[in-house]
Amino acid sequence: MTLTDQLREPGAGGDERRLVQALRNGDEAAFAELIDLYHGSLLRLARSYVSDRAVAEEVVQETWLGVIRGIDRFEGRSSLKTWIYRILTNTAQKRGARERRTVPFSALAGPDEEGGVVDADRFLPEGHLWAGHWASPPASWGESPEERLLAGEAREVIEAAIAELPETQRQVITLRDVDGWPAEEVCNVLDLSEVNQRVLLHRARAKVRNALETYFADPDDG
Amino acid sequence: MASPARLTCQELVALVTDYIEDQIPVRDRERFDAHLERCAGCVIYVTQIRTTIQALAAFPTGTATPLEWDDLLTAYVTWSAA
Repeated sequence: MTLTDQLREPGAGGDERRLVQALRNGDEAAFAELIDLYHGSLLRLARSYVSDRAVAEEVVQETWLGVIRGIDRFEGRSSLKTWIYRILTNTAQKRGARERRTVPFSALAGPDEEGGVVDADRFLPEGHLWAGHWASPPASWGESPEERLLAGEAREVIEAAIAELPETQRQVITLRDVDGWPAEEVCNVLDLSEVNQRVLLHRARAKVRNALETYFADPDDG
Repeated sequence: MASPARLTCQELVALVTDYIEDQIPVRDRERFDAHLERCAGCVIYVTQIRTTIQALAAFPTGTATPLEWDDLLTAYVTWSAA
């Protein structure tokens, strides 16, 4: 069992101290394992703050440098993972703020909206006998939609849908559903209440489903 | 509005994440399940949300390119030698 194996188990931060000590001692293998474990996920989260991939990579690079410089001062009040990801969110927010003056990335996505995640006109209106029930229900995606969803085209649809989300919805769905983080960790890193996190996840998932519905309904696909 | 005893489809759609995340009050869960037993449209909707989550989970993940890796390890070795 390696030092980072315990980081792979949710909620098993118990023996992080040995890993932290190894990092402070210059244990290259431990550091390499740490990078391997989190780098891809950090990059995805950075992409949710800054649109440019090269800038996102710089943000992650700066984050790791921040981890190196700060590991001696890490006090263990949060988990190591939360600490690392917070360095990232701080770094990314600063870069993102600078970016927004030139590239209106988050201006492309509308503000977090109130109201339903499915268009109201998909349901029967007030006054109808069956008000609130499907007027045009979703059409089945076929027997094995999973096969189509793994193909490159569907992945592009999903990527585009995620990119269009408002920033915090994008971050929540990336950490929860793409990276598989438990809700509590997402709340810790993004500073959200559990309820707020779930509302954001709800809206984000609905929008990605909507995008896939459009994709599956397109008769020109084939 | 439908009687409080039964959910409408629109209400079910609003509750779908609470349901999937197991953060739904027992009473609402019962109404949710009861609705699914008689509404093919909502069964499809819930299935599609679950399929969407699976598709997201199957997304390819990236790792550091060898060049970035070397830079970081060099920085680390330099730091620990200081």
